[in-house]
Amino acid sequence: MIYSDMSRDIRALLDSHGIPPNEVYLDSENSGMVFPEALDAMRAAYLENGQGHPSITHRKGWETYETLYSSTVELAGAMHCRPDEIAYTHSGTEANNLAIAGLARAAPEGRKKIVISAIEHLSVVFPAEALKEQGFSVVKVPVDRDGFVDLDALAREVDKETLMVSIAPVNHEIGTVQDTRAIVDLVRDRDPEIKVHFDACDAFCKVPLDLEASGADLASFSGHKIYGPKGAGALYIREGIEVKPIVQGQLSTQKLWAGVENVPAIVGFSTAASLMREHAGEYLGRMAELRDRLIEGILGTIDDTLLNGPAGQQRAPDNANISVLYCEGEALTIELSLKGVYVSSGSACTSRILEPSHVLLAIHRKYEEAHGSILMKTTPFHTREEIAYVLSCFPDAVNRIRSLSPFKKGG
Amino acid sequence: MSSRIPLAYNPKVLELFRNPVNLGKMENPDAEALAGSLACGDMVAVYLRIDKENQVITGAMFESYGCAANIAASSVMTMMAKGKTLEEAWKISWKNISDELGTLPVVKSHCGILAVGALRRAIRNYFKDKTAPPWLPEKLTPDERHAVEEERLLEVLTKRAKRIETELREESEGQ
Repeated sequence: MIYSDMSRDIRALLDSHGIPPNEVYLDSENSGMVFPEALDAMRAAYLENGQGHPSITHRKGWETYETLYSSTVELAGAMHCRPDEIAYTHSGTEANNLAIAGLARAAPEGRKKIVISAIEHLSVVFPAEALKEQGFSVVKVPVDRDGFVDLDALAREVDKETLMVSIAPVNHEIGTVQDTRAIVDLVRDRDPEIKVHFDACDAFCKVPLDLEASGADLASFSGHKIYGPKGAGALYIREGIEVKPIVQGQLSTQKLWAGVENVPAIVGFSTAASLMREHAGEYLGRMAELRDRLIEGILGTIDDTLLNGPAGQQRAPDNANISVLYCEGEALTIELSLKGVYVSSGSACTSRILEPSHVLLAIHRKYEEAHGSILMKTTPFHTREEIAYVLSCFPDAVNRIRSLSPFKKGG
Repeated sequence: MSSRIPLAYNPKVLELFRNPVNLGKMENPDAEALAGSLACGDMVAVYLRIDKENQVITGAMFESYGCAANIAASSVMTMMAKGKTLEEAWKISWKNISDELGTLPVVKSHCGILAVGALRRAIRNYFKDKTAPPWLPEKLTPDERHAVEEERLLEVLTKRAKRIETELREESEGQ
């Protein structure tokens, strides 16, 4: 079937699924929910103060420059950096690509080694691996069963040929909060010339992250991960660090990403960051409480379930990742969807490469454990009632998928 | 080259996921087979009831540890096999199943291939202790090979995982 013939099918698929009476969206890993205040600010930017191109010399351009400027100052405040150190992209994926490929383009002679952890996001893994064609090598440092980077292994890998170390302070899939201080100190101790990049998309506004104090040279951010819009990303580049552009074209107000800035999306991104900052105690406290209700509710009522990633303080406040044994994860996501519960899975069937999540394999989960994994993220928008509804749906959904399988407990 | 990645599912797949046909384990089947592996996330068990005199499949059932496409493809496979002679059933191709389901995208094609691989393996198993008919090829067909390849992949991956585990243990013990 060709793509253009599919519109009828998509409608029929949706009609066949139907709209469940209760719906709870827990898939903020893949596409975030958005603050209504951020949408309001974006609407104003689209229709009023952000219509123009910020580098063009007329009133609308200047007005848009002002809008972009105030948003950047606001974001810099939340990131604890200077406005000049922020390069906008249109996503976290693009920010990670710019960090890795852009730093590689500016790499000094003899520094051709890129060190990442075994559980990085694919937007770090793939651009790093793509650089092998240009003579770079990529080393993936192992993690322990909770996803913490093996610091001894890291110490063995960083050397005089290392260009950069890229590690996410919070893992996107299993929520591990790394000891970033120890990582930066270790790298600096081995060689102060090595650049440290944080993929901070999942850390920003969820765990304390002070860029100035952290010692990181580069850090990536994504708008939708903090309940701003999609289409807004940023790369922090510490002053003095050389990164070369990887996208060519007409420059606007920034040197590293050609094309017009998505000013309304940036406005939404900064509004979301300010809201998260302002209400940090309330929001993060609620998210962590609901996360624990989800985790304890599922582990407590369904046999043969495992928590992926660490428990307690060293886990991101929003992350619940659970493996359900004897249960294929993609089938479970569809069964839950029919009940109005929207989650994702690390099953091979959900990927396009037919391999289960590399993150779960890296923390030594067996294949069947990875295939049965379900990832859920709580947000400031969720309520206890919603989480109770999710928990009420889980046992039946799991039982049904387990009942289909020839691969059963003890079998 | 198309720049687009098509939708993985259609209403028929969703319907067969909700209400699978011929689902379940058959008591004392005349032939059965398991295909696929946990490494690829898909495993299908096929059970056949066979009228021995006429060599006709009178009942076909399946169990699946797999995604919605796998469950739907297995439903279609058992519906197609039922009522056919073993020779006719042998000729069911993954393309037949995919066409019946409304074309599975490439990423899901292995689910259909696996269902056919399991059926053929069950038919082969049926003739294990009997004289094989002339239509049954001596060599494995591509569908059967696919099932075998997936199982081999599991072996390779399991071995790799064990090796890494051992290396890590030796390393920590050596410190």
